[in-house]
Amino acid sequence: MTKMSILAAATEVNAGDTAWMLAATALVLLMTPALGLFYAGLVRSKNTLNTFMMCVAALAVATVMWALIGYSLAFDEGSGFVGGVGHAFLQGVTFEPRDGTTIPHLLFFAFQATFCIITVALVSGAVVERMRFGPFLVFAALWSVLVYAVLAHWAFGGGWLQANGTLDFAGGVPVEMGSGFSALAAALVVGSRKDYGRQALLPHNAIYVLLGAGLLWFGWFGFNGGSGFSAGRSSVLAFTNTLLTPACTLAVWFALDLIRGRQVTAIGAATAIIVGCVGITPAGGFIAPEWAMVLGAVAALPSYAIIVWRPRTRVDETLDVLAAHGIAGLTGIVFIGFFAQRSWNGVSDGLLFGDAGQLGSQLMAAVATPAYAFAVTFVLLKIIGAITPLRGTAHEEAVGMDIVHHGEEAYVTGEGAILIMPEGDVAEDLPVADPV
Amino acid sequence: MKLVIGIVRPDKANDVLEALYRAEVRGFSLSRVQGHGGELERVETYRGTRVKMGLAEKVRFEIAVSEEFVQPTIDALCEAGQTGEVGDGKIFVVPLERVVRIRTGETGHGAVTPVAP
Repeated sequence: MTKMSILAAATEVNAGDTAWMLAATALVLLMTPALGLFYAGLVRSKNTLNTFMMCVAALAVATVMWALIGYSLAFDEGSGFVGGVGHAFLQGVTFEPRDGTTIPHLLFFAFQATFCIITVALVSGAVVERMRFGPFLVFAALWSVLVYAVLAHWAFGGGWLQANGTLDFAGGVPVEMGSGFSALAAALVVGSRKDYGRQALLPHNAIYVLLGAGLLWFGWFGFNGGSGFSAGRSSVLAFTNTLLTPACTLAVWFALDLIRGRQVTAIGAATAIIVGCVGITPAGGFIAPEWAMVLGAVAALPSYAIIVWRPRTRVDETLDVLAAHGIAGLTGIVFIGFFAQRSWNGVSDGLLFGDAGQLGSQLMAAVATPAYAFAVTFVLLKIIGAITPLRGTAHEEAVGMDIVHHGEEAYVTGEGAILIMPEGDVAEDLPVADPV
Repeated sequence: MKLVIGIVRPDKANDVLEALYRAEVRGFSLSRVQGHGGELERVETYRGTRVKMGLAEKVRFEIAVSEEFVQPTIDALCEAGQTGEVGDGKIFVVPLERVVRIRTGETGHGAVTPVAP
């Protein structure tokens, strides 16, 4: 995304770039339902629909907020902290190329919208199985503006991190660290599930988890491969790195599983795919393929350690968004500081290739982003919680969120279900097949 | 010897298991069942179709015990399974005519008393 300044001269819309970015946008949008599947498999069956619906809610709420104000605050010119309101309600977002790219501004907006959506959906992983759906909708709407749009401005929209030279190819700052550290704050404010630490709360469908992870990886080719905003070199590099890094993370995760438990686990593997994809997200277009493979191996270690450690704490950060996204994103951001390579990215070298300053810029992002995301999310949820309860009663939690909040079940059998036919509900004049 | 049948809420099943363990009742089987016991029917909506769900998910424990364990088993089921709301379940105690342990062929009291592994 820092390519903007380099490509500033280009002002024509390029058909090839636009074609790829149209496809990439659709790929990233797929990641949100894929995440819904991944998350739904990780919870108990009575909370399947609610968990998935939090991701679906992001599709609605984050998109609307992004169009109304979020996009403008992220990508309109403004201060170093936050963008302006010039593009609020999509003003001035047209077919003209977005500054610094060769794709229509309208398409640039849509591509960025899909990033906001998936990030909001990611945070829900910290509060599933207990947070009420209504307050979650309010939280999602406000969080997408107060946290996501601000962090996107810092890293991509000309904000202070970008101005200071922090490299973040596809969203290590707003998406990965933004969601991961917000998730930690959300878990602390909303509190643990009532049976957490007392009973085993197990994933109810490992196949959903694996399928969701697979679809996420597929979508991630658009996420990283599209973040060069072209069909050019940085996109090709990021695309290929998106294959290499998660593969290495998977292999190392297998090894860690073997050492720890003598068995390679399926849900561990699904998690490893996510960790690898997250690790390469900030670094995709900046590091050489061989270093991307090293990053995959390195990123597995801290995330694995936290996933093993976190359930022993009282923090019910239920689906380990912090470990899989926050920590892996942080690893990727810092890794750039060492291994960015100008001969591959045309932008900047890391410490290993002679520029120690780049590491400083990366570390700045690795400190400021978690602090901002954690603090704002914490305060935001405290405020919402002061107005309306964030979670239901223990009884509602026992019954399950699907029945309580949605009036549906994921695995309904129909046995004992009695049709409700209010009088006059059947239109008499419509033709009905006669029973023979 | 008695067969104690306890039907409890699924979300209480783990608590019941824990209580049975503490009461030193070690032999039982459980199954997921659907049933109706006077609790309020819930309404669910699937697109245009509204239905009243007449059956609720329950877990059914079957516990064959010798006489001295009947009361502790009932106590465990009651204490762990209770929420105070309609739908907590029922316990049925029925006499057992004969119990056979398949492995050894022993019958009666010996067959319902778990051996230490």
